[in-house]
Amino acid sequence: MPKISKLHLYQIGLFVGSLFVWEGLVRAKIADAFFFSMPSSIFLRLAEWLIKGDIYRHLSITFIETLSAFVMGTGLGIGIGLWLALAPKALKVLEPYIKAFNAIPRVVLAPIFTLWFGLGMISKVALGVTLVFFLAFFNTYQGIREVNPVILANARMLGASRSQLLRHVYLPSTAGWIISSLRSSIGFAVVGAVVGEYLGSSAGLGYLIAQAEGVFDTTGVFAGMTLLVVFVLILDSVVNQVERHILAWRPSGT
Amino acid sequence: MTNPNKSAVQLEGITVRFGDYTAVENVSFEVGEGEFVAIVGPTGCGKSTLLSVVAGLLLPTSGEIRTFNEATKGLNRWVGYLFQQDALLPWKTALDNVAIGLIFRQVPTQEARQQAQEWLAKVGLKGFENYYPHQLSGGMKKRVGLAQILILNPKILLMDEPFSALDVQTRNLMENELLRLWQEDRKSVLFVTHDLEEAVALTDRVLVLSAGPASKLMGEFTIPLSRPRDVAEIRLTDKFLEIHREIWHILRGEVLKSYAQNF
Ligand SMILES: Nc1ncnc2c1ncn2[C@@H]1O[C@H](COP(=O)(O)OP(=O)(O)OP(=O)(O)O)[C@@H](O)[C@H]1O
Ligand SMILES: [Mg+2]
Repeated sequence: MPKISKLHLYQIGLFVGSLFVWEGLVRAKIADAFFFSMPSSIFLRLAEWLIKGDIYRHLSITFIETLSAFVMGTGLGIGIGLWLALAPKALKVLEPYIKAFNAIPRVVLAPIFTLWFGLGMISKVALGVTLVFFLAFFNTYQGIREVNPVILANARMLGASRSQLLRHVYLPSTAGWIISSLRSSIGFAVVGAVVGEYLGSSAGLGYLIAQAEGVFDTTGVFAGMTLLVVFVLILDSVVNQVERHILAWRPSGT
Repeated sequence: MTNPNKSAVQLEGITVRFGDYTAVENVSFEVGEGEFVAIVGPTGCGKSTLLSVVAGLLLPTSGEIRTFNEATKGLNRWVGYLFQQDALLPWKTALDNVAIGLIFRQVPTQEARQQAQEWLAKVGLKGFENYYPHQLSGGMKKRVGLAQILILNPKILLMDEPFSALDVQTRNLMENELLRLWQEDRKSVLFVTHDLEEAVALTDRVLVLSAGPASKLMGEFTIPLSRPRDVAEIRLTDKFLEIHREIWHILRGEVLKSYAQNF
């Protein structure tokens, strides 16, 4: 049995407490149920969704969009980040373009992607990829730049070839940066998917929230948000596990 | 020169500039095959710079290096280099750190690990195979570093202040161990240190560099102490003290100069 620490007790207490205060304020008519809904209604709505089963289709669509954007965005970002960090000439040529692209607020791309790729999943994935790519790219690039030059020189003196340097020095040394980019990337991939759905689609969590909002169904909006939070927390804990596995060599506590 | 043997490394007129700053100027010396040579000099005089040049990591502004009578181009493949700073791969265990040079040479992992295990035992770290560098003490890390290099059996060993961060007891211990390992196959060693006592106790010859900028070779002293030596005991002999005094006479002025410049 895992022991529940004092800290956990406080955390749970804070959560339950706020729910009670919220519920109480609305029931006492201090806060208007139309604007604020109520934890109990939200809970009932969630239960209803989960029993009716329609929700699973929305969830799986958002999940697929998120995962595709995450995998493609980080793959491209890490790959191109590695390449540019080790090929400074190409970087010099591409640098202004990278900066310019990154300066575009990604939300404005959503309508264009919808125009290009339609209302389906592809436009959402594309939006997610543009968000995730730069994060993975900059982190990888930065990580490579900050490889300890003495460790690098040592590996070279010990006879490492270029590909061996990449495998035994650059990649492990960059792993921390890449992993930390993964954690934010997951969040960004979700944002890409949900915002894309919100702005125009026929399925997904973002669509669900937009629908509820369209008919002033506050309970539906909150229920959708709750699902979204749980969704992100689960993905985050998966990345956490991966991180623990890959960075096992690190001194704990840092 | 003073060494009757064949030459292992030969530096001729080495000058290194970093921008406008001249680190070392016109330095020439030679390390014979199987000879143990120390470079001493005040901090910042260019000792590490010279080792980098010999290793082929740094291209001198002018001058030439010959290794076993061949001009050295690119990385010097004869050389094992124990860096002044920590240079172990932090994401590999002690065992894998020692094995890595063999892995780089396409030796099968199993065999590389086998040999690495033997080398770890040789430097007194049996049982620490699965420790990561951050779990090892400073002295242990230096031992792993030494094993990491010696496993490749280089003909020439460059060591940059390997023991300067250790306490006196550990230091004497490691110095004796180094002598024991060196005695086995007599590699050529170029050993950088601040510490004149250490230089005299360990080596066959001591080179003194002047204070920077533009350090030059100030003097060259043969150490006629017999081997095998015990570094702690030899320090008490009259002969040691006499040689030490002679070199210190020259080095002292340079250290004071360097001190006056920097503080
Ligand atoms: N890459 C570099 N760029 C600019 N200056 C450098 C560089 N490397 C060394 N120097 C300078 O060259 C001089 C010699 O440096 P070096 O590291 O060789 O000294 P050192 O004798 O090894 O000193 P210490 O005993 O403190 O290790 C120093 O003044 C240093 O600032
Ligand atoms: Mg130095």
